[in-house]
Amino acid sequence: MSDKILIIVEQREGKLNRVSWETIAAGQAIAAATGWTLEAAVAGAGPAAIAAEIAGKKLAKVYAIDSPRLEPYTPDAFAAGLQQFITARQPKLVLMPHTYQVRDFVPKLATAMGRAVISDCIGFKHEGGKLLFTRQMFQGKLAADVSFTSDAPWFVTFQNGAFRGDQAEAGASAAPVETVNVDIPDGMVRTKPQPPFKEAKQAVDLTQAELIVAVGRGIKEQKNIEIAKQLADALGAELAASRPICDSGWLPMDRQVGSSGQTVAPKLYLALGISGAIQHIVGMKGARSIIAINKDSEAPIFEIADYAVVGNLFDVVPPLIEEVKKAKAGG
Amino acid sequence: MKILVCMKQVPQKDASLKLNETGTWIRDDVSYEVNEPDAFALEEALRQREKHKGEVVVITAGPGRAQQVLREALAKGADRAIHLEDNAFVGLDAFNTAKAFAAAIKDEKFDLIFTGLQSDDYGYAQTGVILAELLGWPHATIIMQIEKTDSGIKVKRELEAGYFQYVEMPLPAVLTIQSGINKLRYATLIGIKQAKNKPVRKVTLAEVQSAIGENLQNIEKLYVPQKTKKTEQIEGPPAEIAKKLVDKLRNELRVL
Ligand SMILES: Cc1cc2nc3c(=O)[nH]c(=O)nc-3n(C[C@H](O)[C@H](O)[C@H](O)COP(=O)(O)OP(=O)(O)OC[C@H]3O[C@@H](n4cnc5c(N)ncnc54)[C@H](O)[C@@H]3O)c2cc1C
Ligand SMILES: Nc1ncnc2c1ncn2[C@@H]1O[C@H](COP(=O)(O)O)[C@@H](O)[C@H]1O
Repeated sequence: MSDKILIIVEQREGKLNRVSWETIAAGQAIAAATGWTLEAAVAGAGPAAIAAEIAGKKLAKVYAIDSPRLEPYTPDAFAAGLQQFITARQPKLVLMPHTYQVRDFVPKLATAMGRAVISDCIGFKHEGGKLLFTRQMFQGKLAADVSFTSDAPWFVTFQNGAFRGDQAEAGASAAPVETVNVDIPDGMVRTKPQPPFKEAKQAVDLTQAELIVAVGRGIKEQKNIEIAKQLADALGAELAASRPICDSGWLPMDRQVGSSGQTVAPKLYLALGISGAIQHIVGMKGARSIIAINKDSEAPIFEIADYAVVGNLFDVVPPLIEEVKKAKAGG
Repeated sequence: MKILVCMKQVPQKDASLKLNETGTWIRDDVSYEVNEPDAFALEEALRQREKHKGEVVVITAGPGRAQQVLREALAKGADRAIHLEDNAFVGLDAFNTAKAFAAAIKDEKFDLIFTGLQSDDYGYAQTGVILAELLGWPHATIIMQIEKTDSGIKVKRELEAGYFQYVEMPLPAVLTIQSGINKLRYATLIGIKQAKNKPVRKVTLAEVQSAIGENLQNIEKLYVPQKTKKTEQIEGPPAEIAKKLVDKLRNELRVL
C-alpha cells in the first residue's frame, strides 16, 4: 500500500472555505513529487454536499467525517473526531489551511497523537526522498526549511495564498465519496460557542478604493497621522492602516487592512512605515502596484513592493506631498 | 483568580538578524524585547487580578537575558516569576516548550494560563494550545475579551475578516491572547523598586529534562527569503525621491 496524503478542507456553517482549494493544489503538488496517494476529507454535521463539491478535483477518495457534535465548531469535537479518523486511515501526511479555525484545534489534535505540526508553511521541497516544509520565521524576515523528526502522521498547515486555488486540478471523473461516522462522546465538548458576529457596521469600504495610503507603526505618534492624511488628500486616496494603528485607536477599525481587517486591491498601495507582516500582506498583496517607504532595508514589505524607498518617512513624505500637489495643479 | 502568563523574549522588531555559522539559527548578539502579544496577556492578567483578586505569575523559558522580560513584568505588577533558565530552551519546538512549562508548574494550581497567540521569532502559534492539551484543559485562541461568569469564563474570540464570537468555558483553561485586547500600562518607579524584592524561581534544564524529549520538528536551514518580485529602488535625497515618485505615479502607474 502506498503512503497517503490526507487533505482536510475547511467548512464553516455548511460552506466550503475557498482557501481549501489552495490546500488541494498543495496536496496535488506534493503527491506529484512523492508519488503518494492523495485523499481529502471534510468534517462536520452532514458534510456530504461539501465532500461532493471537492470530489470533482483530482483525488483518489473523499471522506465526509460526520457527527452532529461537529456543528458548531469546537476544538474539542474536531480534535476528537479527526483523531479517530486519522488513527483509522493512517495517512503519512495531513494537510490543512492555516486558518484561525485550524490553528485553534490542530496543535491539540497533533499533541493528542504525540505528533507535531509544521505550521503556516509557504511551500515544500522534496530532496533526496526527504520532505522539507518552508515556513517564515521572525515575522517574515527569514525563511526556514523544516523537517519532521517524529513518526507519521505529520501535520502541515499552509499559509493563505501559498498555493493557487485555481490550479487545483480537476479529476477525469469524480472521486468516490464515503461517509464516515465518528463517535464523539457526551461531555467531551467543554466549550460553548455562540454564533459569529460582526462588530458595528463598517463606515468605510476600502475594497473599492483605487488609491490607498496606508500607515503603520513607523508613524510613531498619533499626531503624525496627519502627515499621512495630507498625502492621502493630495493624491485623492483613502487612508488605511496596519493593525497596531487601529488597536491604539489612532484610526478607526474599519481602516485596518489585513487578515483581521479588510482585503483591498487598489491600483496603488502606498505603505508608510509598515513592516509587512504576513497578516498585513494578505490584505493588500492584490494591489496592482505597491510603493513602500520604510527605514529598514530588510523590512519584508520590500519583498512585495514595486518601488522601494529605504528612508525616513518624515523626510520623504513632506516633499512628496508638495510634489503631488504641484503635479495635480498641472505643474 | 490565579493566572500564569507565558512571556517570551524575542529579537526586537527592527533588529538586523544575522545567521549563525551553521545557518540554523540567528546570531544572538541582537537586542531583545518581550513578544508583543505576551505583553497584552500580562496586562490582561493584571486587570483580571484587579477585578477578581488572586495572583499573577509570569513564566519564561530562555537564557539569562530572558530574565529582563520577567523583571519588566514584575515591575508592572506581576506577583512572582518562574524562569526556566538555559540556552537550550531557545531551540525547543512548541511541543517541548509546552512540556517544559507543564513540568515546571506541576505543583501549582492555576485557574487560567495566558500565552500570546504566537511568537514573533518562531511564529508556531501552537504553544498555548499544546499546553492546554498536555494539562487536559479546555482552551480558546485569539482572545480579545475575558469576563468571569458564575460557572467559568466567557471570552471573545477574533475570527477572520472582522468577525468575532463569544465562547463560554469552564476553568481551569488556557487562553491565547491577541495584541490590542487592552491598553498596556507602563511600569512605575515604585513598581520597578518593588520588583527587586519579588520572588523569581529558577528552574534548570535538568529539572525538566525528563519531561521533554527530542524535538519533533527540526530546522534544517534558515535563510534570507528569495525575492520573487522585481523591486525598483528609488534613491537620492528626499526632494529627489519625491520628484521620482511623482514621475512614477504619473507616467508608469498613471494615477496622477
Ligand atoms: C492572528 C493575527 C491577525 C492579525 N491581523 C492583522 C491585520 O489584519 N492587519 C495588520 O496590519 N496586522 C495584523 N496582525 C499584526 C501583524 O502581525 C503585525 O504585527 C502588524 O501588521 C505590524 O504593523 P506595522 O507594520 O505597522 O508595525 P511594525 O511591525 O512595528 O513595523 C513598523 C515599521 O515602520 C518602520 N519605521 C519605523 N520608523 C520609521 C520611519 N521614521 N520612517 C520609515 N519607516 C519607519 C520600521 O522599520 C518597521 O518596519 C495580525 C497578527 C496576528 C497574529
Ligand atoms: N520560550 C518561551 N518562553 C515563554 N513563553 C513562550 C515561550 N515559547 C512560547 N511561549 C508562549 O507561547 C506563545 C506562542 O508561541 P508560539 O507557539 O511559538 O507561536 C507565546 O506568545 C508565548 O506566550
